[in-house]
Amino acid sequence: MFQFINTLLIGITSGAIYALMALSIVLVWRSTRVINFAQAGQALTSTFIGFQTLKYVDSFWIALIVAMIGGAIISALIEITLMRVLLKHSTSGAIAGVAPIIATLGLLEVMQAVITLIWGGADSLITPPLSNTGFTIGTNTLVFSPMKLAIIAIVALLLVLLSLIVQKTSIGLSLRAAAFSPELARLAGVRVDAVRTLGWALSGATGAVAGLLLVANGNGSFSTASMEFSLLLISGFIAAVIGGLESLLGAVIGGLALGIITAFVLMYISDSLFFIAPFVILLLVLFIRPQGILGKKGGRRA
Amino acid sequence: MTLHVENLTVHHGAIQALTQVSFEVKPGELTAVIGSNGAGKSTLLRTLSGLKSATTGTATWKGHNLLHGKAESHVRHGVAHVSEGKSVIPELTVEENLDLGALWRRNKAEANATKREVFDLFPRLEERRKQTTETLSGGERQMLAIGRALMSKPELLLLDEPSLGLAPLLVKQIFEAIVNVTKQYGLSVVLVEQNAMGALNIADSGIVLNLGSVATRGSAQELSSDPAVRAAYLGY
Repeated sequence: MFQFINTLLIGITSGAIYALMALSIVLVWRSTRVINFAQAGQALTSTFIGFQTLKYVDSFWIALIVAMIGGAIISALIEITLMRVLLKHSTSGAIAGVAPIIATLGLLEVMQAVITLIWGGADSLITPPLSNTGFTIGTNTLVFSPMKLAIIAIVALLLVLLSLIVQKTSIGLSLRAAAFSPELARLAGVRVDAVRTLGWALSGATGAVAGLLLVANGNGSFSTASMEFSLLLISGFIAAVIGGLESLLGAVIGGLALGIITAFVLMYISDSLFFIAPFVILLLVLFIRPQGILGKKGGRRA
Repeated sequence: MTLHVENLTVHHGAIQALTQVSFEVKPGELTAVIGSNGAGKSTLLRTLSGLKSATTGTATWKGHNLLHGKAESHVRHGVAHVSEGKSVIPELTVEENLDLGALWRRNKAEANATKREVFDLFPRLEERRKQTTETLSGGERQMLAIGRALMSKPELLLLDEPSLGLAPLLVKQIFEAIVNVTKQYGLSVVLVEQNAMGALNIADSGIVLNLGSVATRGSAQELSSDPAVRAAYLGY
C-alpha cells in the first residue's frame, strides 16, 4: 500500500513538472503555431541563470524569479529576431511548415554550445531549497517531501495565474484572438506581433520554472549534457499532445497523466522502460484519441 | 470625413486584381460595390483595411493614406472591416467577440456604452452573450460581426458580403440594420455585395467592378435602371 501511494506521489510530482513544460510548449504553439524544440535549451539556459543568481543571493526563490525573467526575455528575443522573420519569409511551399521547426532544432544546438562556453560542461549544483526527505508516518517513509509539496503548489499556482490571465484579462483576450484568428484580431486592432512576443515570453518564464524545479526535484546537479532536459522536452511535448496542444488545462492533465502512468510502469513493470513508456503512452493516445484528451475533433489546424 | 480612392492598383503575385480603381464615399453615405465573382471586390476592401498591400494609387481617409500602415492601426483611425464569411471567432463567446472590437479603446466606460448600443440594436446578441459563437445561426453571426465592428467606434465601415448564405428574410433584416447604423452613427459605408439588387436598394451610389476595373459608376438609382447593369447583375 505504501509503495502504491509513494509511486503515485512520485508520478504526480514529475507529472507536475512535465505539465509546466507542456504549458510552455502550448503557449508558443498557440501564439505562433510552431513546435519549439529550443525550449529544452531555453529551460537549461534559464536554469543556469538561476544557478548564476545563486552565487550572489542566497535564496532559491529569488533565483527562480530572476530565471523566470531571464527565460521570458530570451524567449521574447527568439520570437522577435528569429521566428518573426522566418514566419514572414516562409509563407508558401513545402518548406513553410517545416522551416521554423527545423530552425528551433538548430537553435537548441546553438544554445547548448553557448551554455557550455559560458558555464562549462561539468556538473553544476543547485541545492534544493527545501528538504527532499520524505515525511515519516509511523515506521514508513513517504517519498512525499517538503520540496515535492512545494513543486506541486507552485505548478498549481502558475496554472491558476496563467488561466486567470488568459481567460479574464484584456491581454488574455488579445492572446486568444491572435491565436485563433490573427486576421480578425488585426482587424479588431490587436497588435498581433506584440501579442505573439508576449505569448513567447510567458512560455519562456514557465519553461524556466520547469527547469529549476526539475533540478530541485532531483539531487540538484545538472549539466549541459544532462539527459533530464532532453527528457523534459520530450515529456512536455508528449503531455502537450495528449492534452490537445491548444488547451492549458489539457497540458496539465496530460503532464500529470504522463507522470503518474510512467511512475507506475517503472515501479510495477520494469524501470528499464524509462525511455520507452512515454512514447508508448503517446502512441496509444494518438491511436485512440488523436485530437488529444481535451482537443476537439476536426479542430483548427495551422 | 470622405474616403477618396484614386487609381488604386493591386496585384496578387503576377495577377492584376484591381486596375486604376477610383471612387469616393461621403460621410453618411453608402456606396455599393457590385460585380461578379473574382471581380476584385473583396480585394478592394482588404486593401483599404490594410490586410493587403497595394501596388500603386492612394486611398485618403482623415489625412491618412490607407495604403500605408497596418490593419491594426487603421482601426484606430476609425476604419472597420467586416470580412467575408468567417468574420467572428468561434472559440470566443459572443460578448468576448464584441469586447475584442473595443480592446484598443482606452476609455472602458465609453466602450461599455457602445456595447449597450450594440445590444439594443441586436437584442439576440444580448440573450446569447455568454454562449460561444458556434451556437449562433448565420444571421446572428453576421449581426455579431457588424456589432464587433461597431465596438471599435468606426467612421468608415467596410462590409464584405453581409448577406452571403442568409435566408431572404434575414438578408432583409441585415440590410435594414446596415441602413440603421449608417444613419445612427453617420458612417461612410462601402458595401460589397453579390446581391446587387439588395445592395443598390439601400445604397446612395454604386460602382460596378468588372475584372478589377470600374465598369460603371453612378447613383444607386442610375445603376439600377441602367439596362446593361440590369442585364448583367440584376437578372432582368
